[in-house]
Amino acid sequence: MAKNQEGMTLIVKTITRLTVGLILLFGIYIVTHGHISPGGGFAGGAIIALSFIHIMLAFGKEVTFKKMNQSVMSFFESVGAIMFITFAILGIGSGYFFLNFMLKGKPFKLFSSGLIPLYNLAICLKVGAGLFIIFVILVLLKTPKKGGEK
Amino acid sequence: MSVYFLCLVLFSVGLYCILRKRNLIKIIIGIVIIEYAVHLFFILVGYRMNGRVPIHSPDQTVLDMVDPLPQALVLTAIVIGLAVTAMIAAIAMRVYEKYGTFDITKIRKLKG
Amino acid sequence: MTNNILPLFIAIPLAATFLNSLIGKKVRFLSDLLSAVATFCLAYLSIYSIFLLKHSGVLVYKVGGWAPPIGISMVLDGLTSFMLVTVNLVAFLISIYSIDYMKKYTEKWIFYCLFLLMVAGMNGVIISGDVFNLYVFLEIAAVASYALVAFGTEHEELEASFKYAVMGAVASSFILLGIAFLYSISSTLNMADMSMELAKRGASPIVLLVSVFFLMGFGLKSALVPFHAWLPDAHPSAPAPISAMLSGVLIKSLGVYAMVRMFFSVLGITPQVSGAFMMLGALSMMVGVCLALGQWDLKRLLAYHSISQIGYVILGIGLGTPLGVLGGLFHLFNHSIFKSLLFLNSGAVEYAASTRDLQKMGGLKEKMPVTSGTSLIASLSIAGIPPFNGFWSKLIIIIACIQAGHFVYGLWAVLASILTLSSFMKVQRYAFLGELKEKLKDIKEVPFFMKFSMVMLAVICLIGGVLLLPVFFNDFLKVAQDTILAGQNYAGIVFESIK
Repeated sequence: MAKNQEGMTLIVKTITRLTVGLILLFGIYIVTHGHISPGGGFAGGAIIALSFIHIMLAFGKEVTFKKMNQSVMSFFESVGAIMFITFAILGIGSGYFFLNFMLKGKPFKLFSSGLIPLYNLAICLKVGAGLFIIFVILVLLKTPKKGGEK
Repeated sequence: MSVYFLCLVLFSVGLYCILRKRNLIKIIIGIVIIEYAVHLFFILVGYRMNGRVPIHSPDQTVLDMVDPLPQALVLTAIVIGLAVTAMIAAIAMRVYEKYGTFDITKIRKLKG
Repeated sequence: MTNNILPLFIAIPLAATFLNSLIGKKVRFLSDLLSAVATFCLAYLSIYSIFLLKHSGVLVYKVGGWAPPIGISMVLDGLTSFMLVTVNLVAFLISIYSIDYMKKYTEKWIFYCLFLLMVAGMNGVIISGDVFNLYVFLEIAAVASYALVAFGTEHEELEASFKYAVMGAVASSFILLGIAFLYSISSTLNMADMSMELAKRGASPIVLLVSVFFLMGFGLKSALVPFHAWLPDAHPSAPAPISAMLSGVLIKSLGVYAMVRMFFSVLGITPQVSGAFMMLGALSMMVGVCLALGQWDLKRLLAYHSISQIGYVILGIGLGTPLGVLGGLFHLFNHSIFKSLLFLNSGAVEYAASTRDLQKMGGLKEKMPVTSGTSLIASLSIAGIPPFNGFWSKLIIIIACIQAGHFVYGLWAVLASILTLSSFMKVQRYAFLGELKEKLKDIKEVPFFMKFSMVMLAVICLIGGVLLLPVFFNDFLKVAQDTILAGQNYAGIVFESIK
């Protein structure tokens, strides 16, 4: 674990600085085009979590925790889940659970198919934050927390 | 037909790993192999001869695609498998912290 | 509005879980209050669903407005409402109990998050009308229970949770393999549609293979005898309200209910499957009771008795005659009540005297009157003494065995009942009667919420026999019995309710 305190070598740190923004952008692209091309919430969320884990592997945990704290990630996870269940329950008000009640424009455009992009966004928040927290807990086993979040 | 049989052979390899290996981490790898085998089998069930990728785009007709339903189900099953693996790995790490060993023949406090 | 209560069974506990994880750690009593309110709403809705069923027949709910077989559906029929009442009533009382009991552990909000997630998973298994939806909710409840067994993070709890998790993961893979085979021959995942296709096709080797996979997978979740090895380690190591939840409702909702639904309504019951059920049930009864006779750890003894009583339920349901099915279902309900009460009692004893070993206890009756009184009621119930509720259900199962001509199974049931009685007399004599030991001189009775839950469960134990009177019987037990006996007509009933 001593290696993680200072991070990896200079080559790794330079390449990380160049590429991690592109990885994040690619993840956001996959999430927002979830209803047009394959991908969607889970795949995009996993890629976004990977960009944060990349920073943590290359630079060590102090630098990462200055940018993105563990409790902030936990907050995002809960917000994602609450958004998802709220949209599902709102469907009850106008018919059925999980009903797609927003406008559904023309197919294959970016702003179409009702609620599905918002569901993708909620899943992306939850999965991204969740995977990052799983990695943090598996790596730093010093606080007596309970085993593994979902 | 032989492809389905090979999936079941992969399943038995994973089952052998869970039953006979003594290291906790190898047991976890056995569980992961079993999950891969079942997911692979499920996707192969949905194959149609000369089918194409089941992606809907504006310039192609909705004919002779492979079955997209198993692919959606296996996506869900992969997420479930990830959650189970993360849970078991965290428990295994805490077992190592308490008992000091990964060998299952030495982790035997509960008897009777 | 009346049509929309079905998704609330999943939506309420999920919403409570995520609200709890967001704000439960900030305010002190909020997580207790949120969980108690959520489980109370669920218990009320489940009793309301009995009246809804009587009023408008079988209810099919199309999620998202998509009609089955394209969309996912949720079905409320007799067996569903019976299981919903069992699960949610016990969950409410256990949630009240854990307000006081979980003060010993840190991080109470994590406990309530996982507990409500497990309740959401169990409700989802019960009301699902789609095979893959059942698998997803089964996994949700199972993973939440692996985390809850390891909650205290002591040596034994982690070891028990690891064993349980590995065996549970293998069982779930067998279930998914069975679902893959079923999809390949019927090309649909809706239970009603699938049962129609399988009824048209008749018996074939693939249905036999799938039956074996499901028997292995769901049999492990419900702790039948060749697959029971995880239960004596996992149930004692969990904190007491979770032991009560696992032994009282989880092995029934995930194991027995799912097995009954898949075998009776979808695959179609054949004489070989009936015979396998009866054999496994009788084996579980005897092995459970014989292994329990030599135990001195209180919770481990109760866990072995769980295996034995589930054997009674499977024997009853496997008989296939109307009286047998009725006995099995009634025993399922009774076992939830008295086994949860027994585990809550052991938790109260552990809270006050901080020991689980029967040889170190003695004479607790003077200091803890409520606990010992309710424990006496629960022990008489499980042993089958009239007029408690255990007596009626065991009597019905034994009469059904003899009526169907299986005298040997009836004899085994009586023998197991006698051994259960002797085992619980041992518990009563060592734990509650006798001399009060020196270091237990200044223990007190348990706090109010724990007493409340135990007394409520004991009251239901006492008056449980009235469920056989016609006024309650027709709405509660008879509709469940009819659903099981209708077998593959499930498809016809569901399709008729959609139109």
